Amino acid sequence: MPRPRRVDVAPRIGVLQFPGTNCELDAVEAVRQLGGDAELLWHERHDLGGVDGVVVPGGFAHGDYLRPGAIARFSPVMAAVAAFAADGGPVVGICNGFQVLTEAGLLPGALQKNAGLKFRCGTVELRVETTDSVLTSEATVGDVLRIPINHFEGNYTCSSETLAQLRDQDRIVVRYVDNPNGSVDDIAGICNEARNVVGLMPHPERACHELLGSTDGIVMIRSMLVAAGAAASVSG
Amino acid sequence: MTFDAVVDVQLRAGVADPQGATIERALPTLGFEGIEGVRVGKSIRFRVEAADEAAARALVEDVCHRFLTNPVIEDSTIVLHAAATAG
Repeated sequence: MPRPRRVDVAPRIGVLQFPGTNCELDAVEAVRQLGGDAELLWHERHDLGGVDGVVVPGGFAHGDYLRPGAIARFSPVMAAVAAFAADGGPVVGICNGFQVLTEAGLLPGALQKNAGLKFRCGTVELRVETTDSVLTSEATVGDVLRIPINHFEGNYTCSSETLAQLRDQDRIVVRYVDNPNGSVDDIAGICNEARNVVGLMPHPERACHELLGSTDGIVMIRSMLVAAGAAASVSG
Repeated sequence: MTFDAVVDVQLRAGVADPQGATIERALPTLGFEGIEGVRVGKSIRFRVEAADEAAARALVEDVCHRFLTNPVIEDSTIVLHAAATAG
């Protein structure tokens, strides 16, 4: 069932908050700056309060104990996120949120410790590989976006079968121009088969204002707002 | 019955292990020669209450598959012993 579109109302984005999440307010700010509504959703909730889109933000959900995302996937709110995603709702996992989505089985593969055991913090260049995703619909294939990264476990890995599938189905959403962490095939972000769930290690919400050094994240957040169903009312 | 369980979690063969590689590279600088194939994993220990060993093993295997390991990159081996003393 396609989700109903509301064109005259700002889309409401739910930003998950686990104990240890620390990028939720950046995501809220970015969404509001682009004309969306944003609210925090505590991880113990069993519902999403009727939001139009979900951000699983960065940080260290549940302290990253055992593995990043391993405990977060059992938080009550994740069952609601899985149902929302299955219904076609846009879900974007950023950094730790990407790790949570892979652990929850909403995206394939896993994020390992960076090659060389280096914690990578800085701005990298990402190449948009497909515009058929809830995070890149407003971009152009081949666009190079300057977006910050900030992670120790961002080294994407998956089976060779999964990698072949990701390639064949055009599900590699963004690649690093200069691979910072050892990710297979320079993968920085991927989407699910239905293309409404995207995970990426870089932080577009931190690149939405000139004062932050880059505004290249705006096209991604705007894409998500468009996917959330209120394109007509969103202005950059 | 009570069992002591030890779960040994290792990266699957073929999955790069940056920690193991870093340790291996450091060994010669400390004067240790002849060591190779270093892999870093983790060991998780706990007690299990179950009717018998087969039931305990089934439970631990389920926990391993769904929680303690990420099957995309990790394998585990399970060692179970009847606890020496009750409780």
